[in-house]
Amino acid sequence: MPKRTDIHKVLVLGSGPIVIGQACEFDYSGTQACRVLKEEGFTVVLANSNPATIMTDPEFAHRTYIEPLTRDVLAAIIERERPDAVLPTLGGQTALNLAMELVEDGVLERFGVELIGAKALAIRTAEDRELFKGAMVEIGLQVPASGFAHTVAEALVVAGEVGYPIIVRPSFILGGKGTGMAADDDELTRLAGEGLAASPMTEILVERSIAGWKEYELEVMRDLADNCVVVCSIENVDPMGVHTGDSITVAPAQTLTDVEYQHMRDAAFACIRRIGVETGGSNIQFAVNPENGDMVVIEMNPRVSRSSALSSKATGFPIAKIAAKLAVGYTLDEITNDITGVTPASFEPTIDYVVTKVPRWAFEKLPGTPDVLGTRMQSVGEAMAIGRTFPESLQKALASLEHGRAGLACDPAEAGLDAMGDDELLRRAAIATPDRPFHLEALLRRGVSVERLAQVTRVDPWFLDQISLIVEERAVLAGFSGPSALDRAQWRRAKRLGFADAQLAWLWSVPEAEVRAARVACGVVATFKTVDTCAAEFAALTPYHYSTYEDEDEVQPSERRKVVILGSGPNRIGQGIEFDYCCVHASFALADAGFETVMVNCNPETVSTDYDTSDRLYFEPLSFEHVLNVLEAESRSGELVGVVVSLGGQTPLKLAKAIEDAGYPILGTSPASIDAAEDRELWSALCTRLAIPQPAGGTAATAEEALAIAGRIGYPALVRPSYVLGGRAMSIVYDDEGLLAAMEELSRFGSLGREGGLSASRPVLIDRFLEGAVEVDVDAVRDATGALLIGGVMEHVEEAGVHSGDSACALPPYDLSAQVIGVLEAHTAAIAEALDVRGLVNVQYAVQDSQVFVIEANPRASRTVPFVAKATGVPLAKVAARVMAGATLEVLRAEGLLRPPVTGGHVSVKEAVLPFDRFPDVDTLLGPEMRSTGEVMGIDASFGLAFAKSQLAAGDRLPSEGCVFLSLADQDKQAGLGVAVRFVELGFSIAATAGTAAFLDDAGVPVKIVVAKVGDGTGQSDAVDLIAEGGVQVVVNTPRGRGSRSDGAHIRKACTVHGVVCLTTVAAARAAAAGIAEWGRTTLAVRTLQEHHADGQAPLF
Amino acid sequence: MTRSLLILADGTLFEGEAIGAAPPGGVAGGEVVFSTAMSGYQEIITDPSYAGQVVAFTYPHIGNYGVNPADMESARPGCRGVVVRDLARLRSSWRSNEDLGAFLVRTGTPGIKGVDTRRLTRHIRQAGAMPCAFGTADEATLRAAAAAEPGTAGIDLVAGVTTAEPYTVGDGPLRVVAYDYGIKATILRHLSVFATVEVVPASTPADEVLARQPDGVFLSNGPGDPDTLGYAVAAVRQVLESGVPTFGICLGHQLLGAALGGTTYKLAFGHHGGNHPVRRLRDGVVEITSQNHSFAVVDVPGTEITHVNLNDGVVEGIRCTDRPAFGVQHHPEAGPGPHDASYLFGDFADLMLGSR
Repeated sequence: MPKRTDIHKVLVLGSGPIVIGQACEFDYSGTQACRVLKEEGFTVVLANSNPATIMTDPEFAHRTYIEPLTRDVLAAIIERERPDAVLPTLGGQTALNLAMELVEDGVLERFGVELIGAKALAIRTAEDRELFKGAMVEIGLQVPASGFAHTVAEALVVAGEVGYPIIVRPSFILGGKGTGMAADDDELTRLAGEGLAASPMTEILVERSIAGWKEYELEVMRDLADNCVVVCSIENVDPMGVHTGDSITVAPAQTLTDVEYQHMRDAAFACIRRIGVETGGSNIQFAVNPENGDMVVIEMNPRVSRSSALSSKATGFPIAKIAAKLAVGYTLDEITNDITGVTPASFEPTIDYVVTKVPRWAFEKLPGTPDVLGTRMQSVGEAMAIGRTFPESLQKALASLEHGRAGLACDPAEAGLDAMGDDELLRRAAIATPDRPFHLEALLRRGVSVERLAQVTRVDPWFLDQISLIVEERAVLAGFSGPSALDRAQWRRAKRLGFADAQLAWLWSVPEAEVRAARVACGVVATFKTVDTCAAEFAALTPYHYSTYEDEDEVQPSERRKVVILGSGPNRIGQGIEFDYCCVHASFALADAGFETVMVNCNPETVSTDYDTSDRLYFEPLSFEHVLNVLEAESRSGELVGVVVSLGGQTPLKLAKAIEDAGYPILGTSPASIDAAEDRELWSALCTRLAIPQPAGGTAATAEEALAIAGRIGYPALVRPSYVLGGRAMSIVYDDEGLLAAMEELSRFGSLGREGGLSASRPVLIDRFLEGAVEVDVDAVRDATGALLIGGVMEHVEEAGVHSGDSACALPPYDLSAQVIGVLEAHTAAIAEALDVRGLVNVQYAVQDSQVFVIEANPRASRTVPFVAKATGVPLAKVAARVMAGATLEVLRAEGLLRPPVTGGHVSVKEAVLPFDRFPDVDTLLGPEMRSTGEVMGIDASFGLAFAKSQLAAGDRLPSEGCVFLSLADQDKQAGLGVAVRFVELGFSIAATAGTAAFLDDAGVPVKIVVAKVGDGTGQSDAVDLIAEGGVQVVVNTPRGRGSRSDGAHIRKACTVHGVVCLTTVAAARAAAAGIAEWGRTTLAVRTLQEHHADGQAPLF
Repeated sequence: MTRSLLILADGTLFEGEAIGAAPPGGVAGGEVVFSTAMSGYQEIITDPSYAGQVVAFTYPHIGNYGVNPADMESARPGCRGVVVRDLARLRSSWRSNEDLGAFLVRTGTPGIKGVDTRRLTRHIRQAGAMPCAFGTADEATLRAAAAAEPGTAGIDLVAGVTTAEPYTVGDGPLRVVAYDYGIKATILRHLSVFATVEVVPASTPADEVLARQPDGVFLSNGPGDPDTLGYAVAAVRQVLESGVPTFGICLGHQLLGAALGGTTYKLAFGHHGGNHPVRRLRDGVVEITSQNHSFAVVDVPGTEITHVNLNDGVVEGIRCTDRPAFGVQHHPEAGPGPHDASYLFGDFADLMLGSR
């Protein structure tokens, strides 16, 4: 069936901000969809609130709405655009749920819009667990014994019927939010309550747990002609009981006989047909009893998913691209497999390597949350690795995580487990945690048998035996005196099991370079194989490579001038999609400028690891060894112009020096300048020389030194480690006790080899903290001639002290004088000049009473680069990439790439999205340690409206009426008064704690409710009760310090649980009041990015 | 760990380690072909169609789930040896009762592991399937053996794998006589769902087959070159002339084509795997099929093409326009592979019921 000609305009729904369970895989899929639909001649309208995405670049859709993804906003977009169809299956659960709301609300019917990809009935049948269960039973597939409940009481009745242990799964949720396991009535009561709250339809499935069964996923595609194919099978190393997003997973399935696999394949097709997903990809999860092969269907996602992205990268089969084509009428056999160029897409990829995905968690940023994995997803990112065998791919994947490990142990961090007793270690291994692979390795190394471990952990014995191979080889390697003792066969065996040079260097206590040199001398070097969907049966056109240790290398570098771009690795808090955006832009811009582009990255969710983003893709860990292998391969022919290290965050930046020392040119700012900005002494000297004020401070490697500095500069003080991103382990301390605690915490990181560790070469920075200051970010690009482009000056909403990544910010600034902006720009120019920046630089300032202090400068891409580009229409990352490769700003202006920034007509606000709804025990108070996972953007005619939109996009609908609860720290009371007055003017009533109430009362502000201290035993209603009863619509709570037992913590937790807007700074409350005021007066207006960018072209400031 | 070498007829050398049975003199050989199936190694190894061939698996981990009695396609391995990247040391499956390594030793099947099987596959893709020798013997001996290896063209390999005596399987209502050119157990399982299957040796004269008064005659899969099987082609021609419904799979399909006057030929490196897209021309539906053939048949008079391979256009199925007979080149029985084409057995049953 050819392309449909009855539809012309398609609305593609994006997935909004990066949150746990929904990350940049949907930028990857949405970008593919937009590109395909555009190529096919459709008019593409895109809605997505996330500015850090490639898909929201103005060239990917005809009409791009960076607007909140809510029903009302979408209705306004549909009314304005009148699309023929809505495609919701490539934007994750967010898009699917949104589409269902539009259906149920009659919006689609009213405007005659067709849902393509999946019909409403199919979505409902797949997502509603009761309908799904019925459908599966109808086609003869087994599902776990279960029942549905809409109240806690019903849940207990079902549990009585199916028996404990019970797993609770709310309907219509993503990433397992609100799911969990209960062993008895008490646990179920708590869990059922949470689950019912998490389900948009207040429904949970109460299911007999099959924890310990083997878990599999099949990625299936279907077209309108009912052709079905399995793109990829995935086997989880962690058994049932751990959310698949939190499991180590392997492709293809390893321990299924063909009989069992084909049975599962038949079941998957029966499932997709019964559910009625007409076109596109679906992901179907199965559990298999390892004792007898009994198979049950767990769930199905009637859309492209995280696993689809993984499957695409694992096989080379572009699921999202093909799903988009199928949605507009093509059938699989009409689509050519890009990779072979000759065979059709109606086939099943076969692979000749093993793919391992390992999640990355952020528990260290979420104190109070145990690092125990379960049925609700908690990881924030993932790394994927390809090897010819499982041991090789597992070790590469662990190295890719950048969590301080070089592979599976055999590194400095293994000491932590070696101190533990066998029983203790076994007890820990029995519980799934991020460290489980290391527990398994340590136990096997101690001689605990595979049988025993399989029994305790329910990890399949095959995987355990494969890990044993690593353990046994390590023992052999440890027996060698050093790298010169190995012959070719011994080197080859070690490398084929995935041992990194760094691991061997540690084992033999020699420098890594010595290991590499000895190995290369024996003729054992990395060979690159190709991901080709067909196990070499056909010639592959698409150069997508991975390293391994075999006979033959397949890379064929061209004679062209090329640039290698190093990506940003797995998503983590502080380093996410924004950096992938920058790397992708560099690739596009440099390709346009005639360079051959080569990408190195290990994150399967990203656009950068799409095989057609760059001329060549290496799916490799971003470790020095692996990067060097790529550089050597690429140097075999053609001219390697240089390596881009400054667009992927800290990950590639950390390698800059070593790459330069190895003789490869670094593009852009020199590693020496990067160091000068990071090194506290050099940086202070530079600021002094430039006469730019900075907060008083110093560096300390010990607690004594820290106390001495604090004595000199006074409290409060900001304590932060050097060389980290996202404010890792950063804190504000108010006294000696707090300072010592912070130093103690940092020294512990050091021993674990984690990011932010304390050492003499990486001392701690201690600065005077400027209370009440406004923080400002400036992004700029400087070229080799010294010309400077100010990309954007962003004023933070939250004051200094809240990490810039967690703070909302506005562009243009809403409250800074022209004089201050002038100073900021002049300082930025001076700093860029002094650092001899070639490319991007981000400078952070604090403005206190119109005095500008510089906090820090980073001569690299910042998190705000994509936001600035969307706000101003200047493709900052592309400009920077070209500048790094030698172009001047003048040339880029002449080319038309660099156009004047857009000004007037609109204000842009970026807001952070925080993961607290998944971690109810974590205090939501914002601080210097970044904890947001993603961001949204609100664009409108004024700051208030843009801020209100940003809040809506972030999931906090600002109320138009009701009650504001105020609980202010003493130092905030004066500033809070204005906010209270504003809310009263807007018609809100005020509730407050006694102290705040007395203060407001004295100032003449009427307080309607005075609430008691939390749990003071007076029987009087306290703040938590008030929030729980729905008596409060906005909470403003600004305590000093963070403490789990404080009143404030209880209040903030209650807000998280009950979904009440909670503002932890006066500045944010002021912005919210402004937003509410304007929102109430104005009708909702939506506008495309293209329209915003067509506005006035005069200079921004 | 015993070092072993794999040497192709064109001299290409691969290093590895010996697995499985030790061949006489440390030399094993055959025509090396690659299979891209990611699961089902036991079925492939025990498929008689691989007689004369050495199977190289493109998927690196082989042996993960061991072997079990239920997944045997014949009583013993059909191939002359296996080439793998990695042989599992520990098996994990509730269905298995033996390690693959032990099975290879017990059944006298030699093998080699540790080979860069992707390089081997790329080489065969470009140079074509070719004879090879492998083992622990010295390089010169293996080179000589590889050069002396005859390959599979022009050799009757069926004689070595067909049953010596007729036997009966199943008790279904229809009566099918199945010519055993190397028949797979899974095919018999499919046929016996609706038929009592009388399996006869490949050399059985057509008269004897027709004397059994079958509702239908089945022409099985099998190894090697259809051109060497003149006796079988003659018998099939006679069966066709009788008007008894006939169904051929793989080699059986080639013999059907040859009997009708078609031309058989050898493919460069054949189709061996479980992911080949085949279009059913009747309604355009795409089936993902299991395939294992080095030869194919074209230009068959009196037939229409029913199935085509979408990768390379090879004819995958034909049907006689004037009599009740059809054949497919791929394997609707799977074992191993997808079940998309299993309806063809139903088509055979319908054909027999229709002409009863």
